[in-house]
Amino acid sequence: MKNSEPKQCRKFFGHGIPRVKPEELEGKLFVVEGADGSGRSSQIAHLVDWLETSGHPTVQVGLKRSTLVSKELEEAQQGNILSRTTLSLFYATDFADQLENIILPALKAGFIVLADRYIHTLMARDLVRGMDEKWLKNLYGIALVPDAVFYLSVEPEELVQRNLSKNATLDYWESGMDLGFSRDVFDSFLKYQTAMAEAFVKLQKSYGFEAVDANRSINSVSRELRKKISAMLDEK
Amino acid sequence: MKTFAELNFPGRLIAVEGLDGSGKSTQIYLLKRWLEAEGIKVYFSEWNSSELVKSATSKGKKRELLTPTTFSLIHATDFADRYERHLLPLLRAGYIVLCDRYVFTAFARDVTRGCPPDWVRGLYGFAAQPDLTLFFKADLEVSLNRILEGRPKLKFFEAGMDLRLSTDPYESFKIFQGRILDQYMSMSNEFSFVVMDANQNVEKQQVLVRKLVSEKIDLKKFKRKTPLPLPPAWQGDVAIKDHEEDLAAV
Repeated sequence: MKNSEPKQCRKFFGHGIPRVKPEELEGKLFVVEGADGSGRSSQIAHLVDWLETSGHPTVQVGLKRSTLVSKELEEAQQGNILSRTTLSLFYATDFADQLENIILPALKAGFIVLADRYIHTLMARDLVRGMDEKWLKNLYGIALVPDAVFYLSVEPEELVQRNLSKNATLDYWESGMDLGFSRDVFDSFLKYQTAMAEAFVKLQKSYGFEAVDANRSINSVSRELRKKISAMLDEK
Repeated sequence: MKTFAELNFPGRLIAVEGLDGSGKSTQIYLLKRWLEAEGIKVYFSEWNSSELVKSATSKGKKRELLTPTTFSLIHATDFADRYERHLLPLLRAGYIVLCDRYVFTAFARDVTRGCPPDWVRGLYGFAAQPDLTLFFKADLEVSLNRILEGRPKLKFFEAGMDLRLSTDPYESFKIFQGRILDQYMSMSNEFSFVVMDANQNVEKQQVLVRKLVSEKIDLKKFKRKTPLPLPPAWQGDVAIKDHEEDLAAV
């Protein structure tokens, strides 16, 4: 008990989900955001290890993992046949399905939920593609405000190196090839990731999350995340 | 919300709305047949029919995976797909697009399911207002009888069973449809619905539908330069089968 201030109130970004009372959600929701190659999955794996060995039950969620639409979303993406609004709403459906069927029940049961990306990536992608910010804010008004968001920020040049050393290729969507910045994947990747980083900075202002310098080694980033999460778990 | 005419689209969009069993599908089908026969560029689009999204929707419905929020979002996805890939290009090419249900179906249903009205309207913020919206208003009893007469097996979401209004699907369906009708009526003025008396006989209604359409839209501007060959027979069969239920009910 460091101070007598009331515990920060749980809330949704907007209207939320019908008939869900945020004050009943006792667990914690931590979000790790960042591009492919920013070290998200490694960081989450480390956090799960650490949290579970310390006796905290955890649950993981991430984009395109819903029972409802993940398969259909993957298929649609393979052909790049969906228009922007449709793709955006499809992702929102995938998010909502996990929110209602995994995140909210787990928090109600007092679990720690680790989200491998959340609405911020979805919004940033759409903003870069010219979609209306007000429309997006309304759409994602269903989302629960996380206890913390760690945005793993990595220079685009470093992302190229990490992605190539892992897969020897740059992903079509992570290179923003659908935007037509350039026919050259390498160029397009740099331009797209720069635009995404700018979109994150913009979102950071309205959503107030934390940027973590992830140009560093996995271990030093991991130490920083553990320290921050520890402090928040102690507050309880 | 601006209409397609106000947005300077060369095409026009006509939507029909109403409860299941109001006879709206029969009316729009007959309207389509007439416009085609007149040599007009016409396209028909049905609610919940996007190929891409269909498999997810039917899985969600069959396995009862849908919540009010995901129900709403998946239908918005379906609509967006049809809107962006079919409706918009056709409207830009000067077609008359006929929609069996439009965003108002979502406004009425999703709000009845408990989604906040502003949120649902916001989702569909990308869609323009139809140039003509015909609302087929039958007495609740009449629509219910048309659907329930044969004691069909009502589907879970169709009957609004997810709302836990009653454990009896028929009872649930009745309460659910009544609430949807209330929602429709409360937005009738806001979205300039032309309310049709759907208790009247089908032919009389169709005469009025055609009159309203020709008054609202200068149809000769939408004629094809070269006439289309008659559609192959199987297309007619499919369309007829789709509307069998409505026709049988009337």
